[in-house]
Amino acid sequence: MQNLPPHRIVLLVIGLGLAAACVWFGNWSWLMNPKYAALIPGAIFTTIWILVVTTGLGLIMAIALGFAQATGPWWLAAPSAAFCTIVRGTPLLLQIWLLYYGLGSLFPQYPWIRESWAWDILREAWPYAVVALTISYAGYEGEVMRGAFRSVPRGQLEAARAMGMPRFTMFRRIWLPQAIQRVLPTLAGETVLQMKATPLVATITMIEIYAVAGRVRQDTFIIYEPLLLIAVVYMAIAGLIVLMFRWFEGRVPVKAA
Amino acid sequence: MSPWELLALEPPGWGGNLLRGLQNSLIIAFGAYSLGLFLGTLGAYGKIYGGPILRDLLAVYTTVVRAVPELVLILILYFGLTKSLNDLLQLLGYQPIQISGLVAGIVVLGFVQGAYATEVLRGAILAVPSGQIEAARAMGMSPTLLARRITLPAMLAFAIPGLANLWLIATKDTALLAVVGFSELTLETRQAAGTTKAFFTFYLAAGAIYLAVTLLSNRLFARLERWARRGEPPLAREGA
Amino acid sequence: MKKLILSAALALSAGLAAAEPLKIGMAPEPYPPFATMDASGQWVGWEIDLLDAVMKNQGLEYTIVPTSWDGIIPALTAGQIDVIWNSMSITDERLKTIDFTDKYYKTPALIVTAASGGVAAPTPEALAGKVIGVQVSTTHQAYVEKHFLPAGAEMKSYQTQDEANQDLVAGRIDATQADSIALDAFLASDAGKACCISVGAVADDPEILGKGVGAGVRKGEAELLGKLNAGIAAVIADGTYDTISAPYFASSIYGG
Repeated sequence: MQNLPPHRIVLLVIGLGLAAACVWFGNWSWLMNPKYAALIPGAIFTTIWILVVTTGLGLIMAIALGFAQATGPWWLAAPSAAFCTIVRGTPLLLQIWLLYYGLGSLFPQYPWIRESWAWDILREAWPYAVVALTISYAGYEGEVMRGAFRSVPRGQLEAARAMGMPRFTMFRRIWLPQAIQRVLPTLAGETVLQMKATPLVATITMIEIYAVAGRVRQDTFIIYEPLLLIAVVYMAIAGLIVLMFRWFEGRVPVKAA
Repeated sequence: MSPWELLALEPPGWGGNLLRGLQNSLIIAFGAYSLGLFLGTLGAYGKIYGGPILRDLLAVYTTVVRAVPELVLILILYFGLTKSLNDLLQLLGYQPIQISGLVAGIVVLGFVQGAYATEVLRGAILAVPSGQIEAARAMGMSPTLLARRITLPAMLAFAIPGLANLWLIATKDTALLAVVGFSELTLETRQAAGTTKAFFTFYLAAGAIYLAVTLLSNRLFARLERWARRGEPPLAREGA
Repeated sequence: MKKLILSAALALSAGLAAAEPLKIGMAPEPYPPFATMDASGQWVGWEIDLLDAVMKNQGLEYTIVPTSWDGIIPALTAGQIDVIWNSMSITDERLKTIDFTDKYYKTPALIVTAASGGVAAPTPEALAGKVIGVQVSTTHQAYVEKHFLPAGAEMKSYQTQDEANQDLVAGRIDATQADSIALDAFLASDAGKACCISVGAVADDPEILGKGVGAGVRKGEAELLGKLNAGIAAVIADGTYDTISAPYFASSIYGG
């Protein structure tokens, strides 16, 4: 807090004052209602696990897609490029509904699926949400990873091959880590965007915090307070994501050449 | 009915409905994009040349809009816009007015676009070689002439990739207005699919339409970027 | 400054309803036979016909504004729309926030379930351990919460009844509870015929299920409320109500 210019102190005070006014004058009675208060922690956990799982799986898929486009043969590169273009060219909401309602209406028509063990999973909404968000993340990050793989200096890869390093070890030890290091700042931004996409799964009956705000609004007709609360929650999660990626970047030894 | 019959332009085919929805989507996207560019220009200049308070306020604006999901912002603005505008008008002694869904959608998405546009335009303006701006100032050019003749043409080349991305985001974000019930392409698709139960047909058709818009837009922006970069020396080739 | 705001206000109002026809909020999802949008973009259905008759009777201009169901009451209170005419039941809970006209129909609530392996009866015991789907913000959701959840059922909420029906066909839920007419229309459709049957009406609970369906208006709009009530009464009195209902229903749905 040292060296805080005076205008910033004034703005901070005004900001805190606005927040206090919201808390004081707002209608927060719904928080006291156990029906809604009990939903909130579970919903925040749902938001976070969807984010973590889809980002993780999506990144793995993106690495494969980016690598295929960077150095793969045409019969791998072209489908990967087409996949990324299609995913990035259509709205995520449409993709989610296509999977949930389209595929979802297809499966029950086959009795052998209904009888099998998979039915309990295919019945639920979360598999479709996870698949849709993973595919979306992979489509966007595939492009990012393609640029990242291309940007690693060729010389290092050639030196590794010349020294007899097996191809996969070279990929694992040199190409991949350097590619990821280069795009960490971009990945941070993209992960925040992924977080902003999670509310869309509320439209396919998953209960995450946007759905809880909607529930409160539908039952009590209180509009702004729930939305303000979840806006604060999302900002907090975004802040955490940025901090986490900054920590990752800090761990990377970068020699400014 | 076969998929082609379902998609026919005349009823009982739903193609006409989908195209009407597409028209709405494009109108909103265009309106929101323009509003976003306008706000973004103001924001970028404010962030670069403004005083400390203006810079901090703009920083709050861009950070909040980039950290809060669009759906939440859309709902807050959708309900809050009409109410606060009418409250303001009543305070000033005017009659309350009605705001159509179209205008509300444009204002809401434009507000969100403005925050992203601020960052894109700010980066592009900062990339203009400062020497050119200093020289123009030294020669006594007025700020407006400077912006129009020097800054704008030079920064356009840097801004276009970001702006192209923003346009694509605008067209896809119109789908979010389906959640508030506005009749754009995604909602029309859901209605058609819900009434006829032909989910794959309509969702795939809508996807194809969005993809066509995306590919066309990419082509247009590539042309635009080539025009903006006219006269620049070609980039050095790698390797060779 | 005043000029700026005035011109902005004029520009905004020019972008929209200048002559101020009434904005009627309806959810855009298909809800046969009450209100559906057909392939040419026209609204059709019993509720639309009734709306037209009432408005004509009172000489009111109107336009239908598609509004998402889960935000329809907030849209009314915020001024986005002026009237809700969307099969909304009159309940004390809702009366706290908005006003209702007199009812224009009243029908029981039905439970529909899968033809095989579904729910045996519309009672809390039969629903224990089953998944029941309802539309958000409806009397049916409140009913399920009060009567079936404590008995051990699980509830899934959907933005529209149509989505709940789709999930019933898809086997994601075991049963759904909604208005009997709307569910009859679903059971008459191809998808409904193939998958599902009705297990009958639920035990009545007037406090939760409400006293019939009416149009919603903002609190304090006494003039509009009076006009709509007069229109509904006139349409029922002069027989237009029965003429409209004849193509859709075998008997009157006005209810007791």
